[in-house]
Amino acid sequence: MPELKFTEAQEMLRKAVREFVEKEVLPIAHRIDVDNECPVDVFKKMGTLGFAGVFVPQEYGGAGMGLTERAIILEEISRHAAGFAMILMTHHLGVEAILAYGTEEQKRKYLPDLASGRKIGGLAVTEPSGGSDVGGQQTSAEFKDGRWVLNGRKCFITNSSSADVTVVTARTGEDAKGRPAFGAFILEAGTPGFAPGREENKFGLRGSGTGDLLLNDCEVGEEALLGAPGNGAKLALATIAKVGRTGMSAISVGILRGCLEEGVKFAKERILYGKPIAKLQAIQLEIAQNRVDYEAARLLTYQAIGLKESGANCDAEIAAAKYFSTEAAVRSAKRTIDLMGGYGVMNDYPVGRYLRDAMATIPSGGTSHVMQLVIAGQTLA
Amino acid sequence: MEIAVLLKPVPDPAQYDKIQIDPATGILVRKGLKTVINPEDKHALEAALQLKEQHGGRVALIGMAPASAVETFREGLAIGADEAFLCSDRAFAGADSLATSRVLAKAINKAGPFALVLCGSTSADGGTAHVPSQVGELLGFAHLTHVIQMEISPDGRATVRAKMENGYRESRGRLPLVLGIRRELNTPRYISLMGIMAAQGKPVHVWSLNDLGLDKGKVGLAGSPTQPGKLYQPDMKRKGEVLQGEAREVAQRLVGIFRSAGILG
Repeated sequence: MPELKFTEAQEMLRKAVREFVEKEVLPIAHRIDVDNECPVDVFKKMGTLGFAGVFVPQEYGGAGMGLTERAIILEEISRHAAGFAMILMTHHLGVEAILAYGTEEQKRKYLPDLASGRKIGGLAVTEPSGGSDVGGQQTSAEFKDGRWVLNGRKCFITNSSSADVTVVTARTGEDAKGRPAFGAFILEAGTPGFAPGREENKFGLRGSGTGDLLLNDCEVGEEALLGAPGNGAKLALATIAKVGRTGMSAISVGILRGCLEEGVKFAKERILYGKPIAKLQAIQLEIAQNRVDYEAARLLTYQAIGLKESGANCDAEIAAAKYFSTEAAVRSAKRTIDLMGGYGVMNDYPVGRYLRDAMATIPSGGTSHVMQLVIAGQTLA
Repeated sequence: MEIAVLLKPVPDPAQYDKIQIDPATGILVRKGLKTVINPEDKHALEAALQLKEQHGGRVALIGMAPASAVETFREGLAIGADEAFLCSDRAFAGADSLATSRVLAKAINKAGPFALVLCGSTSADGGTAHVPSQVGELLGFAHLTHVIQMEISPDGRATVRAKMENGYRESRGRLPLVLGIRRELNTPRYISLMGIMAAQGKPVHVWSLNDLGLDKGKVGLAGSPTQPGKLYQPDMKRKGEVLQGEAREVAQRLVGIFRSAGILG
């Protein structure tokens, strides 16, 4: 296998994103976590630079790049503010659903605003009955007099309060074999009967608001239906695998780089027994483990994304990347806190936030248990 | 408005601790060093792009650097310049500011005509601040450095404010001009993803000594009237001395050391 090597344009992109993040995001990273609020102005600024529509074709107002470039952006933002990256990652879920399943008219209507960051997107699948149990969704969509009427409650929906355009899945009836069938609908904020409900108080990935979306006799026209009426479950699973899991994996790579760099910085500066603790072998072992976790997560993540972009069937590789990277981020953050001693638990240092953020990456897009089942299923097939 | 922006790749400040000086020639060893656009040149490019947005025209990047610096020029194209001219030849190596200015002036004439030449007032590495004036003289254009404000009207009238030690000087003139820009002039824009995509299709022309038709004796180390004097890397090791004895005695000696170093009055 050839070495993982980015193109000149991708390296330039990384440098450009890093410059933006260090100037615009790093100074507010702690504040985003404390206030648990989405800095909409910075999101919109990212939009003008193309981050919001990185993989959207230029004809719809995007940058015309791909998932690898998207991962570079998420990694660079997550190096300092994974919670903020989560807003962009979730926005991309809504964008991808419309891009992959939308009619030409829907793409022309929604993508230019979403790609430019003028509007924020989202995807709502999870319900109190569960997230990975897509078939267990209770939210209903009934077709009456030429219009769809939606009722139900979505929960744990990121960008629930900030999204202007959300793709919502709902049960539309039964298929030929009597199994529940689902559809997906593009709902705009402010549509009567559609509103955000309670906001959760997460301990990680804060800033990316997560909460309920309530549907009470929410009536929309046929033009709101995204894809075929029975296509909603497929749309949800494909979008979450392609954009959600790869996105969480890239966010974890960013957290891992943060752990590695913060650990190295601290180890070189902290003097104990008359010398920097970096000279102590016990600390060196921790640094080595952080490095290996980061490198391995990076390789798995960009390889899985590369496979996806080549059109390969790679759900297991994506699940492996997501499983390893998110778990490694937790390990690495804990390890970095350990090597920092008492300083590690002080909020003056960001590593405590890295641990909370890393923990929150695990359930997003499917837990580690679910990822292992995907990997095992493909391996045993 | 046709604008040339002189762009110099300089060592990345993040790698300053890795910079070496060749003890034989006294010249910076640039091989293997990551480069970035000279910080003040980014402000010059921003000024050029704003003028283009106001008046139309084109913005061309011109610079002298090893061929490996092409990525730095591509970055300038991603920021928004239309094309780049990179003067690169072994014969240009070791140039002082005058030999560099000869190459740049020739390239400006060949790629032009340009009504306005903008560049950073000072480079972050050499820091001589000679180039804007030397290029101006060689082109026969009026020139000003340390520019912190400027207005250029479509008919070519210019009002320029330049920083001085104890204030500023305002000058009025007409194009063509060479202006050395300071960072106070503007805030450079971020590189957009659309800019990166567009840059892949923009032309980067690489010109050699022969392409420019310059005399070998007028460029590079051979054509440089100034040569670096003695350059050395300072010994960064800290001097340490352990004082032993009774606390009072040690304290008295310590105060004595501080006094003799001029730290205590």
